[in-house]
Amino acid sequence: MGKAKMSGAKALIRTLESQGVEVIFGYPGGATLPIYDELAKSSIRHVLTRHEQGAAHMADGYSRATGKTGVCMVTSGPGATNLVTGLANAYMDSSPLVAITGQVPRPMIGNDAFQEVDITGITIPITKHNYLLQKASEIPHSIEEAFYLASTGRKGPVLLDIPRDVQLEIFSPHQAKYPALEGYRPTLAGHPGQIKRAGSLLKSAQKPLIIAGGGVSLASARDLLVRLAEKADIPVVYTLMGKASFPNSHPLCFGLMGYHGRIEANHAISNADVILAVGTRFGDRSTGPLNTFATQAKIIHTDIDPAEISKNVPSYIPIVGDAGQVLEQLVELVPEKKHDQWTLELRETADRHPLKGKSSGVTIPNILRILKSLVQDPIIVTDVGRHQIFTAHYFPVDSSHSFVTSGGLGTMGFGVPAAIGAKVGRPGRPVIDIAGDGSFMMTCQEVAAAVAEDIPIVVLVMNDYCLGMIKQLQDAFYGRRYEACKFGRNVDFARLAESMGAAGFKVIREDEIAPAIEKSLAAGRTAVVDCVLDDPGNVYPMVTGSSLLEYVE
Amino acid sequence: MRHTISILCDDTPGVMTRVSGLFSRRGFNIESLSVGHTELPGKSRFTIVTTGDDAVLEQVRKQLQKLVHVIKVWDIKQTEAVEREHALLKIEVVDKRRAELLQIVTAVQARIVDSSASIWILEVTGDTGSVDNAFNLFKDYHILESIRTGKIALERGPSRVMKK
Repeated sequence: MGKAKMSGAKALIRTLESQGVEVIFGYPGGATLPIYDELAKSSIRHVLTRHEQGAAHMADGYSRATGKTGVCMVTSGPGATNLVTGLANAYMDSSPLVAITGQVPRPMIGNDAFQEVDITGITIPITKHNYLLQKASEIPHSIEEAFYLASTGRKGPVLLDIPRDVQLEIFSPHQAKYPALEGYRPTLAGHPGQIKRAGSLLKSAQKPLIIAGGGVSLASARDLLVRLAEKADIPVVYTLMGKASFPNSHPLCFGLMGYHGRIEANHAISNADVILAVGTRFGDRSTGPLNTFATQAKIIHTDIDPAEISKNVPSYIPIVGDAGQVLEQLVELVPEKKHDQWTLELRETADRHPLKGKSSGVTIPNILRILKSLVQDPIIVTDVGRHQIFTAHYFPVDSSHSFVTSGGLGTMGFGVPAAIGAKVGRPGRPVIDIAGDGSFMMTCQEVAAAVAEDIPIVVLVMNDYCLGMIKQLQDAFYGRRYEACKFGRNVDFARLAESMGAAGFKVIREDEIAPAIEKSLAAGRTAVVDCVLDDPGNVYPMVTGSSLLEYVE
Repeated sequence: MRHTISILCDDTPGVMTRVSGLFSRRGFNIESLSVGHTELPGKSRFTIVTTGDDAVLEQVRKQLQKLVHVIKVWDIKQTEAVEREHALLKIEVVDKRRAELLQIVTAVQARIVDSSASIWILEVTGDTGSVDNAFNLFKDYHILESIRTGKIALERGPSRVMKK
């Protein structure tokens, strides 16, 4: 940055450029207009969303598909509060995001000014860190710090709130030294002693198991995990967030674990003698009841966040560190070994418990099966609900950063905007959002943004005219008293899509599935397929008892 | 189990909200909290008394450590530290009990820091137990107002949290 005087807004855009930002997902307002005026002169692309929540999810989807930090920008007040769900979603799934909000001018802060809200106060619990900038001169280093914080250690969203008069303030940028972040020192390498202990425990194991969490993908350590699993012949199960952390078609992969996990995956957890858990926080949907979780196993837990160690599940050998570095250390140490009997036990369990979803008709498993045969190496995005779990089971994902889902927060409406963000980051790959009719309606207006910005995604709406997961829970636990889960007359999603300039298709018969998907993939613009399910079907397996071994399948 | 936690952090706007908010949203209890400047420029130090078993304490410590402005968090062992609380009591003094009240003031090493015809303001300093004790002894008198700070604590010996 030169010595010339400039405005805070200009310094902001310059700093974003120097951080390598390619795209900002945003929605303007009075309190960000000075920034937009500068953005117009920049090479940074701006994607105008239709709602601020969409901006946050797009930045999030962009980040998950690329591994880079996503950026969103909205105005003060309602613009900022509309970001909240998106920030919480990114926070729960450790997605690196930088969010910029406009704020009312400094002299008006605290006076309940028009479109004023204390967004730094509101977002403390759902951001890794946040800033309310007081001077234009703080902008350059604060932005740099925000990117550093978002993308290192346990990744997450960082918010910068910039008052309008700070954006307009003229100042002379200078290369000043700023205090280092004294309290922020993420541990990256695993403690050598702990690594050694983990190595010998794995060596002595008869029934070892790896749990692959989302942290493996966040650390881009998928290939190292494959090397470790293959070298020591250790079966792998994954959490929902870890689906893309290990190739799903790999012979050592035994599927999704947990509350909706595969029988063989949960059997593996319940019978393993040593578990290596990598980049997972042992969330309740992954573990089921904690007092019956992995009771036979000594657990080696490695995570970049020390606070996750022994938070939910006590660990026998804790290793704080970056999944990539720890796995690299471990790969060297573990001996080549075979566990034929153990993997055979799991394979036989798997054979005894095949997935029982219907592979014919207009059903979610069948649509996913057909989709798989028609598309090469897609990025699969999901919304939240029954279709999400179906997708986790029935659509194998074999490359990294290729499964984008809202895991921790379970945000309905995540799918469409996240798919748009993913497509912006990975324009060369097909991006397909598997949505539910409930989820789709929450953020479907972003289809208009995708069309206007020429971002061709495909949305398959699994339309069962109800809130499927709610209905399933009412089936299982509420005596089939279906309260508030049926929509009655639903929207015509194909015509809704067409009204926004997208291609719209409606699938009622099985023989319409493949043509609709093919046309959507070839449409060259965003396409929405309304799949009217003839047999919605509940998603199983589902744990119904006090341990992972009590289930309905 | 009661624990005394010390937190060294940047002295920056909002740090109090971040620290206290973390306790409430994660369901940790704060019995008392005090915060102030230290010998280190730009740094503040909290002393927080909290309750919970060892696992809770460990989570408190780790979660606090994740706050970007927090530099160090540690548990202070009562036996290895000097602990102080400070209290002020405004007491109505009636003539016939003046002498006996003065005896108690002397016994608990309180100080009369303000006095008028019938009102004394007493200052009491000590560890939690002795401040409790003083309150116990004064409770038979007419206490118009009273206030006590949270505990502050400093470990004995040459250790220091951070060099300047």
